[in-house]
Amino acid sequence: MLMTVNQATATSVGSAVVEARKLGLTFQTNDGPVRALSDVNLTINKGEFVSFIGPSGCGKTTFLRVIADLEQPTEGTISINGMTPEQARQARAYGYVFQAAALFPWRTIESNVGLPLEIIGLSKAEQQERIKRTMDLVNLTGFEKKYPWQLSGGMQQRASIARALAFDADLLLMDEPFGALDEIVRDHLNEQLLRLWRQTNKTICFVTHSIPEAVYLSTRIVVMSPRPGRVTDVIESTLPTERPLDIRESPEFLAIAARVRDGLRAGHSYED
Amino acid sequence: MMNSKPSWQVLLALVLCTIAMATMPMLASEATAPMSNGTTTLVIGLIALSGVASFAMFSGLASAAVLFVGAHGAAWLLISGISGNEGTARMPYFLLLAAAWLLAWRCVAVLSAIRPVSKQVRTFLRLLIPAIFGAWILIIWEAVTRGAGVPFILLPPPSAIAARIGNSLPILLADVRQTIFKAVLFGYIVGCASGFIVAILADRVPFLRRGLLPIGNMVSALPIIGVAPIMVIWFGFEWQSKAAVVIIMTFFPMLVNTVAGLTASGHMERDLMRTYASNYWQTLFKLRLPATAPFIFNALKINSTLALIGAIVAEFFGTPIVGMGFRISTEIGRMNVDMVWAEIAVAALAGSVFYGVVALIERATTFWHPSVRGGRA
Repeated sequence: MLMTVNQATATSVGSAVVEARKLGLTFQTNDGPVRALSDVNLTINKGEFVSFIGPSGCGKTTFLRVIADLEQPTEGTISINGMTPEQARQARAYGYVFQAAALFPWRTIESNVGLPLEIIGLSKAEQQERIKRTMDLVNLTGFEKKYPWQLSGGMQQRASIARALAFDADLLLMDEPFGALDEIVRDHLNEQLLRLWRQTNKTICFVTHSIPEAVYLSTRIVVMSPRPGRVTDVIESTLPTERPLDIRESPEFLAIAARVRDGLRAGHSYED
Repeated sequence: MMNSKPSWQVLLALVLCTIAMATMPMLASEATAPMSNGTTTLVIGLIALSGVASFAMFSGLASAAVLFVGAHGAAWLLISGISGNEGTARMPYFLLLAAAWLLAWRCVAVLSAIRPVSKQVRTFLRLLIPAIFGAWILIIWEAVTRGAGVPFILLPPPSAIAARIGNSLPILLADVRQTIFKAVLFGYIVGCASGFIVAILADRVPFLRRGLLPIGNMVSALPIIGVAPIMVIWFGFEWQSKAAVVIIMTFFPMLVNTVAGLTASGHMERDLMRTYASNYWQTLFKLRLPATAPFIFNALKINSTLALIGAIVAEFFGTPIVGMGFRISTEIGRMNVDMVWAEIAVAALAGSVFYGVVALIERATTFWHPSVRGGRA
């Protein structure tokens, strides 16, 4: 298991987007220190689709937040495109999709998607052009003038993905973006996300606790386990890039899923 | 169909009519212009007929219309019959008044149950129902004060107050100009604006937040009665001292609400702004202030009534010979109660309009808030 981790970190350092070395994060809480992350070594290369899977408290979201400079690590180092997370954030190196759509209810969908562009300070024409393009990318054309609360949950989450794509960062961080949606909508969005990833050739870090979702989407699956939050296995997917939904019944898919499940069990993640 | 079954209001009204008939006459024998038998019969007939007819109607609207005509026709006859005979009313008069009121109650109940399809009718009903409600407060006030001959000084009938308003329009206008257009408006704008600005400062500068807010809470507990005379000493008899009282009264609700509102935006939204490397002011204007808007409007609405109270009370403590508070305090001394009531009515009207305007702006601005659009969050 450890070997896989080391192999993963050793490959193609030149095109590394995220590089974590002995990364650790300890939260100081009223009940004493909590080790959210411990000794995480991971390299994510350009164009990869990496899923982070594990039970609650395994630090998968925390790791994503560390990449995004929303949390500061207490041990080890991490670099994003060769920069510190802080510099990367200032350089707007990534788009972040949260668990909920977090659209601003006082803005229309198009002006929500345009929010990061306004903050960056692009010209009105450039904003319009990019809003149109990203809305098209997530199939929301025709809903520009609607308000978020007039849309279904799946459409809201698509709008929030459009917002993260709008400023064209190469790295997309997604924290259980489809966790609150029903399965049919979820399948649909997973399919669309894969298509989008192939079209845009972005690097995607995707946090989930659904095994089928992780296996279906990823080129690599990082299995994590709690107390302390750590990486227990890194699984390379052997599935082809072109993935229809029914690939999930193929023996290859099931084999990878079984390995993910073993990895989760090996981390004693279902104790207590 | 739902309205064709007898309602307890109408049944009770019919019972009251029967008792009234048994205890006639309506007016005591010393009445100078007793009501004719015709009028009496007409009142009872109107109430009884419209009550019974309301059962027979198949649509709610028709039933309400019949009740409306019956209740208000009877009330009109009663009030016009008592004129010239103030203070001579006997029990049947009050029983019939109560019966008419019950019909109006039933009318409002029927109207409230109607679910019209068209938007215009819905708006019309939304205005009509409180209008009938308000009208009956005035009708009962008028009929009881005149029927029972309540001393003018205790409670003048609304008709006398209305007449006083009509006769004293120039004085009332001058008072409104002095109190509302100078003291209230100036104090309200300055008080709310400074409360808002200090809230932003307190948000930006931590020591202000820790130091100012507890002191602010203490100052907001200061009794207005104690502050007003001091403001008069500081700022003189003119409207400026009243504006100062209004500023003190409106400053803290705005400060406290805005500070609370600034923390109202969610963690996820703030993280989102952080991922865009948004600076303090961008986050403030694009996220936190819009999220604060419902709180700000709350303060604006509270302050719209507080400002009026503050200015009027402050005028009790020294003022030039104009102003609503001045007029109330001097006219009560001269036993001109109708003038006091006229000022109260004008103040109530001005306060409602003020509040209404703020509420309208709120609806237009925070259209997205679940409480306004009536949806889920």
